[in-house]
Amino acid sequence: MTDTAAGSPDPVSSPHAHGGASVARAMFRVQLALAPATLFGLWMFGWPAIFLFLFTVAASLLAEFVSQRLRGARASLADGSALLTGWLLALSLPPWSPWWIGVLGGAVAIVLGKQVYGGLGQNLFNPAMVARVALLISFPALMTQWVHPLPLHAPAAPGFVEGLHITLAAPPLPDAVASASPLGHIRTELSRGVDPLRAAAAPGAPALPWSGMRAGSLGETATLLLLAGGLYLLATGVITWHIPLAVLAGIALPAALAHGMDPARHLPAQAHLLGGATVLGAFFSATDYVTSPGTAPGKLLYGIGVGLLTWVIRTWGGYPEGMAFAVLLMNAVTPVIDRYTRPRILGRRRDGREIGLPARETPP
Amino acid sequence: MLLPVIALTALGIVLGALLSLAHRLFRVQADDSVAEVEALLPGTNCGQCGFAGCAGAAAALAEGRAPATCCPGGGSALATALAQRLGLALDPSAMADEGPKLAVIAEELCIGCCRCIKSCPTDAIVGAAKQIHGVLREACTGCGNCIERCPTEAVALRPVPVTLAHWVWPRPVPA
Amino acid sequence: MSVLRRLLSRSWGVHPDDRKRPASEAPARAIAAPAVLHIPLAQHVGAAARPAVAVGQRVLKGQCIAAAHGAISAPVHASASGRVIAIGEVLAPHPSGLPVQAITIESDGEERWIEAELPADPLRLDPAEVAKRVAEAGVVGLGGATFPASVKLGLGLRARVRTLIINGSECEPYLSCDDRLMRERAAEVLRGVRLMLHATGAREALVGIEANKPEAVAAMRAAAQRVSDVRVCVVPPRYPMGSDRQLILELTGIEVPADSRAADTGVLVHNVGTAFAVHEAVALGRPLVSRYVTVNGEAVREPGNYIVPIGTLVDDLLAACGGLREAPARLLMGGPMMGLALPSGRAPVVKGTGGILALSAAEVGAREPGPCIRCGSCVRACPVGLLPLEMARHVQAGSLDGAVDLGLKDCIACGCCAWVCPSRIPLVQAFAHAKGELAERERARLRRDAARKLAQARAERIAREDKERAEAAARRKAERDAARAAQSNPEPA
Repeated sequence: MTDTAAGSPDPVSSPHAHGGASVARAMFRVQLALAPATLFGLWMFGWPAIFLFLFTVAASLLAEFVSQRLRGARASLADGSALLTGWLLALSLPPWSPWWIGVLGGAVAIVLGKQVYGGLGQNLFNPAMVARVALLISFPALMTQWVHPLPLHAPAAPGFVEGLHITLAAPPLPDAVASASPLGHIRTELSRGVDPLRAAAAPGAPALPWSGMRAGSLGETATLLLLAGGLYLLATGVITWHIPLAVLAGIALPAALAHGMDPARHLPAQAHLLGGATVLGAFFSATDYVTSPGTAPGKLLYGIGVGLLTWVIRTWGGYPEGMAFAVLLMNAVTPVIDRYTRPRILGRRRDGREIGLPARETPP
Repeated sequence: MLLPVIALTALGIVLGALLSLAHRLFRVQADDSVAEVEALLPGTNCGQCGFAGCAGAAAALAEGRAPATCCPGGGSALATALAQRLGLALDPSAMADEGPKLAVIAEELCIGCCRCIKSCPTDAIVGAAKQIHGVLREACTGCGNCIERCPTEAVALRPVPVTLAHWVWPRPVPA
Repeated sequence: MSVLRRLLSRSWGVHPDDRKRPASEAPARAIAAPAVLHIPLAQHVGAAARPAVAVGQRVLKGQCIAAAHGAISAPVHASASGRVIAIGEVLAPHPSGLPVQAITIESDGEERWIEAELPADPLRLDPAEVAKRVAEAGVVGLGGATFPASVKLGLGLRARVRTLIINGSECEPYLSCDDRLMRERAAEVLRGVRLMLHATGAREALVGIEANKPEAVAAMRAAAQRVSDVRVCVVPPRYPMGSDRQLILELTGIEVPADSRAADTGVLVHNVGTAFAVHEAVALGRPLVSRYVTVNGEAVREPGNYIVPIGTLVDDLLAACGGLREAPARLLMGGPMMGLALPSGRAPVVKGTGGILALSAAEVGAREPGPCIRCGSCVRACPVGLLPLEMARHVQAGSLDGAVDLGLKDCIACGCCAWVCPSRIPLVQAFAHAKGELAERERARLRRDAARKLAQARAERIAREDKERAEAAARRKAERDAARAAQSNPEPA
């Protein structure tokens, strides 16, 4: 007689095969996609950035572990989601921030952004963006303290010990290092009545090179590397094209339109796409499974919303950077979008009623 | 300092008054829950709940005088439905429910007294005096009225055997 | 037009590794009837058949041993000559482990067929006569749905279907029984198709075969070469292409309304195995007593296709295929996507059994479920356009009505959602549970209504009896009074 090896008394339901997808694999692929831009950022901003990254990620993992224990859930970091949250948060921080910014951010992201809702899959808002916004509002000065790129091998770059000192003791930044972010600089100039084109062209103004060698958050600058990572995610099917494309279009189209109508007041689309965390946000933050809509039309709607809001905040809002706020705002309407973009059921109309029978020629 | 306190207090009083007024004016009158609850109940008037038939039980349930688990014939399915309809909390421990049951007559004990026949609210027991009685499975609701009437303890409630046609997949255990 | 439609249509379904080779490459082998056969009475959708033989009776192969009972039912025939030794319960081929009524036959090994009168030209028979012979042969849908074939043929005739679709897509991984049947018996399948055309009055038949079966396509094309009303169509391999509505949409572009039958749109779908069984039944007078079964999976020593007598225990079948290499992690009846996990091999092969799979742990790849991360893979995979993640959330919360609102009743249980789910959530089981609960609720409602009617009837009866008793008492009293009055003044005049 044949008894199965498992021999379990509970009946198991079909299917009895699996495509092999797993949460851990998806998270790993996102991390892989982030790796080039991250390494570039760490190299460009040197030891302080490396320490900040490590502190942020470690704090996220610890917070995840402790909260899972407290919730009485099976404690497991194996799905890689906490690592990814910490990672994304670190990439959105000013690279020379003190250690406690990263630790506080990681804890806020995991505990307030995710675990209080019931853990993985239950949160309404993107945890990394929640933490970034919480930090930005609580410590506006620290969170807008940018530095010039100082690659690891540069003579002026801080060494291991000096880097540790910068991260742990947070000494005031020397003027030679401090910089404004490109979008922040133009915004400041605009408020002084300087034309953005002239502001960008002025000597000493932060530039927006494709290479990513510019001041900004730890991982947002390497546009090309981020794009490559995003394409890898598209190719491996981790994300679909809808959200990234819609976000980029949602920023670029109004930016181009506004720039075309009034170049003196509005930045060109290219500046919006290259500046700030546009590409990082479009491919990595806005595409968070948990907090974005599930259907293709929903994703398009959501993506356009994120892009448009980002442009609006950058143009008229109180902050030069708007991606995090835009993502959070659109997270809030995701349940509504999901509700109104349900797919059509085969054999039914959108309202759920049956479709009509096809016309048949009358029998003779 | 005093002005905002007074203003806010006044605002609170006015809004509170408005709310209570709205509560009086727009209150949903005479809820039809008695009829709805009665529709849920078996309607066999077996009397096992201790009320005057299913209508009496429905009234008691609607007024909160009876627990959602008061109907033995309905089992846990009915209790859940009632609790949902009436917004009651359901004590799962009070529902040691083994699923639907049927009355079964032990032929060797039955003396053909006809007492159970008279007690059956759905005429589910057939037989005649001095003849062994039988239960029609389709008509029995498992109310258990017949059990106490039997002088020889020949009637018992047995769980309805699960067959392929009635088997239901268990709900998967959530992760 | 169709290109445009294809561009605009959603992607649906999944592309599982088909794993049909090498089992699909070897010719099918007939398996001799084992010493004892257990033939269940309910092998079809509808009412179980009623035994027509007694214990101890000798039967011939192909003899009807249980007759159809009710409008939707099918008879059951002896799959070997021998003696009926029991009518009782055997383990049902079902995950629940519940028993099913079956007739047990001890084979005498002689394989003596029952005599049958054969029509000179089956295509000259009246369509109703064809359907009748199909019904008498116990032919049911062999694609797995096991709906009595004759009922469907009659339905097709009444609904005046135009197109007959013969489903040879066999989209389930591992299975190749239809593939082998088409390769080896193309001519017979084609004759069966033409009989079905005749029985339904349909004008043309489209045989849909997935592109991953080129040999079957070639064989069927060769057989259909000189027939104008049968067309062999290649469909892209994609699971679940073999599902009725998906195949109809693919082949004819007709979208069957959700609450209607395919026949209402002028299309009828039958499996290739059913076509073959129809030919055997009508042209050769042979009832459905055996079928092609794929035996596959890493735990099987000699994977391949076998022609198996109905009622053979899975254990006996596996033993005839060289036995097992290892204890399988899962023993399945049917394919891995929709098949049923058997509690043990003591269940019999039935009419709807397309495959017996003994899968190793690596093939099943089972893992503990995790929380839903709302990735939306299931939404993209669902061939029907449902939101499996939302439905499962409602089911888990006990909100059946919520799940029904989201389209639970349109779910075809194909398993695509659970197959792609990165969190391994048992979505299909959640939906099966909810559907079962809904059915149970409906049964309970019917029972309650019936009980209420009975109670009402009883109350009326008691009232009537009371009234009659009261009337009788009143009458007796009146008579007594009259008698007394007569006594007191005997002769008033």
